[in-house]
Amino acid sequence: MKTESIVGMPVPRKEGVEKVTGRARYIDDIVLPGMFYGATVRSSIPRGKIKKITFAAGVPWDEFVIVSAKDIPGANCVALIVDDQPCLADGIVNHREEPILLLAHSNRHVLPKAVNSVAIEYDPLPALFTMEESERQTRVIWGTDNTFKRFLVEKGDVDSVWGKADYIVEGEYKTGAQEQLYIENNGVIASFDRKKGITVWGSLQCPYYVHKALMKLLALPEDKVRVVQMETGGAFGGKEEYPSMIASHAALLAMKSGKPVKIVYDRMEDMAATTKRHPSRTRHRTAVTRDGKILGGEIDFVVDGGAYTTLSPVVLSRGTIHAGGPYYWPNIRISARAVATNVPPHGAFRGFGAPQSLFAMERHMDRIAATVGISPIEVRRRNFLKTGQTTTTEQTIQEPIDLDKLLNRALTYSDYHEKRQRFHKENVAATYKKGIGIATFLHGAGFTGSGERYLASVVGVEGCADGRVRVLVSSTEFGQGTKTVLCQIAAETLGLQYEDVDIAQADTEEVPNSGPTVASRTVMVVGKLVQSAARGIEQTLIASGFLTQEHSRKEFREACAKYASEHGEFKSWARYEAPPGIFWDDEKYRGEAYAAYAWAIYVAEVTVDVTTYSVTVDDFVALQEVGRVLHPVLARGQITGGVAQGIGFTLYEKVVWQEGRMQNAQMTNYIMPTSADLPPIRVYFEELGNVHGAFGAKGIGELPMDGPAPAIVNAIEDALGIGFDFIPLLPEDILEGVAAHSRVSDSHDSQGVR
Amino acid sequence: MSIGPAQCEISLTVNGKPRTVRVYPMERLLDVLRHQLELTGAKEGCGEGECGSCSILMDGALVNSCLVPILQAQGANIVTVEGIADASALHRLQQSLLNCGGAQCGICTPGIVMAAYHLLRKNPQPSMDNIKEGLSGNLCRCTGYAQICEAVAEAAAHEAR
Repeated sequence: MKTESIVGMPVPRKEGVEKVTGRARYIDDIVLPGMFYGATVRSSIPRGKIKKITFAAGVPWDEFVIVSAKDIPGANCVALIVDDQPCLADGIVNHREEPILLLAHSNRHVLPKAVNSVAIEYDPLPALFTMEESERQTRVIWGTDNTFKRFLVEKGDVDSVWGKADYIVEGEYKTGAQEQLYIENNGVIASFDRKKGITVWGSLQCPYYVHKALMKLLALPEDKVRVVQMETGGAFGGKEEYPSMIASHAALLAMKSGKPVKIVYDRMEDMAATTKRHPSRTRHRTAVTRDGKILGGEIDFVVDGGAYTTLSPVVLSRGTIHAGGPYYWPNIRISARAVATNVPPHGAFRGFGAPQSLFAMERHMDRIAATVGISPIEVRRRNFLKTGQTTTTEQTIQEPIDLDKLLNRALTYSDYHEKRQRFHKENVAATYKKGIGIATFLHGAGFTGSGERYLASVVGVEGCADGRVRVLVSSTEFGQGTKTVLCQIAAETLGLQYEDVDIAQADTEEVPNSGPTVASRTVMVVGKLVQSAARGIEQTLIASGFLTQEHSRKEFREACAKYASEHGEFKSWARYEAPPGIFWDDEKYRGEAYAAYAWAIYVAEVTVDVTTYSVTVDDFVALQEVGRVLHPVLARGQITGGVAQGIGFTLYEKVVWQEGRMQNAQMTNYIMPTSADLPPIRVYFEELGNVHGAFGAKGIGELPMDGPAPAIVNAIEDALGIGFDFIPLLPEDILEGVAAHSRVSDSHDSQGVR
Repeated sequence: MSIGPAQCEISLTVNGKPRTVRVYPMERLLDVLRHQLELTGAKEGCGEGECGSCSILMDGALVNSCLVPILQAQGANIVTVEGIADASALHRLQQSLLNCGGAQCGICTPGIVMAAYHLLRKNPQPSMDNIKEGLSGNLCRCTGYAQICEAVAEAAAHEAR
């Protein structure tokens, strides 16, 4: 008897009480008996050969445990996609801050001095710092052509469209690096035992990524490596691949010292040495008709991968597939490359390539509108993808999405037309100029193409002897609400109350590999598996005669308790199987790129102070279709948080590079938004449902990162009459743009700033 | 290996209890709370007073405990997140943060609780602008602050009833 509805209700966060009382245990809150503290000696040059390492006098080096590449029992790499990244540099360094040596001591206070007392002499080699330098290939720093990965997507016949076009619109758009800036820095503790092997506890997103990396590094079998996720203080992709590196370091120190070893970075080390969002450059060349219809186009998309491959091929993939936005392209050619530079590897960050290519697409739509002489709204309306049409990878949109209707809702909420007209009138004499901008976009949920099939995730649900149920997944909680939502799904499936369901700690010794907690896949893909595994528990109880088809919560709990007491371990497993009819061609990059897409229309309203050129976002409307919303409070929190990060990405967060090193690796000079900087973020959902996700859910986590940047920069153009094609866009950039514009205007004797 | 001047004894009151610690005089109050007194609620986010994750009350003032040398805390009255609620019940602010979705990853939450507690003691009926201003020294990367600010408003409204 399933009368209550738990899915869709704002149930309390599973680990909420621990978090609000300060009792939640993060890695730096843990101290093990006899524990040592680890630190990392890093490269001070961007590229070169290590000539000599000297340990300066004045430090009692015999008290320290020192680990170099020679101490690695297995392969010296951080295993991920291509194993080109060493765990510790051996003879050569390819970026600033590359780890070379590890030190550990029982007194953490003595470590900074010791790190500074290791002198490393290098034979420097010439280095590359920008995508353009890398593309010129005047020096080859990786492989044969500085290129980690290329994709080519082709649909129709682009070469035939140029002659038919009324306009050919071109543009080049750039995005900068962005630091994830989770408030808890990277950290782990490792402990080694000859019998049990290595155990690592840490702040991380993907326990089985770390598990795989440690097996290869330490040459240990599966059952001698255990990875346990502790409470994790924010991640946003920044703890997807990097924890494999820091866990490897702590593990090596623990093996050599025989002591548990903790490594927790301070903020400066975390910002300078760990991954950031890939900088990007996108070039568009689009053939359009005089009424603004896209006939076809070419997109050239490049991301800066940094010194090693890490996740760049997959980031590039998502960026490539999203590059055409939510529009119908009869003909398109997208060429994409991830190139190597001598900077610390760029990595996963919420959105994963899509915020970069969608920034370009959505700025370019406004450029097309201006060229053709129609409104930014109209140009989008005329090109929206419709149900039954195909995407750039020739995936037919099956879901009944109506972007026109979604757009109308967003225009109403934002009062777009009235405001735009009024701002244009009032701006003429104003020193605070106002503008309104829009971005329309999509975000694919789950791994790309065949990704989910390769992952073949497994989920378990356990019936316990006290009649309760436990969800067993390696999917991690780092703020999004994984624990809460997966428990809701299990409870709803079984007709239980939310309080009857628990979730196991993500510990590889206890939970199966339900895949990484990334790619907006947890609720949709893992949630669906939780549903199947939970049904398995129920079916077992029914098949064994402990329960009838129609049953109450009380009957279920009694039957579960009885079965578990009589049979011992009572677990049900579910493994991912691709839905039938899914086709993906990895070679041609064609087919069903994602099982489902979320769709969104964002509207930003800004004020530009033309005395200081500072920009304030005054209002923000975020309307999205994400399938069924399983938890309204958590879902809204995902959107407001993502929009805030998007506003930072656009207006505040600038990584200042000098010869491959982040110069502003501090919260003092890398600025993220505070509570005083943000507008009201008004969140609305349209719920169409989705056949692939648990209870109709799709992915939600990454989507809100995609829209704010283009919406805001479009609004700035609306306010000033000057377009900017790069982010971050700081006041000094706007000042420069306005000055350049008025120089051009003066020489043409045309009108100045609107 | 020595790291500087000799240790000394410091006496202070923490969450209502008198405590004496043996410390290096320039150790950070944050480290003494976390390592010696095992009060790990206050967190280190940046170590330079920007993020507010280590916020505590010192003689009634909201301070970043990462910026306070323990020497300065001699005789001080310190309140940390562990001193806000009874073991059995949540403080109203904590309940509101739960209700409104004001805690996501939770790492900034203890600092947010302290900043909000301080704000409501000074201004029991703050406007939304007062709340935004009162929390502007505490960085949160997850929420975009809306649900945190709503939680503080809800707690204030509840207290006013």
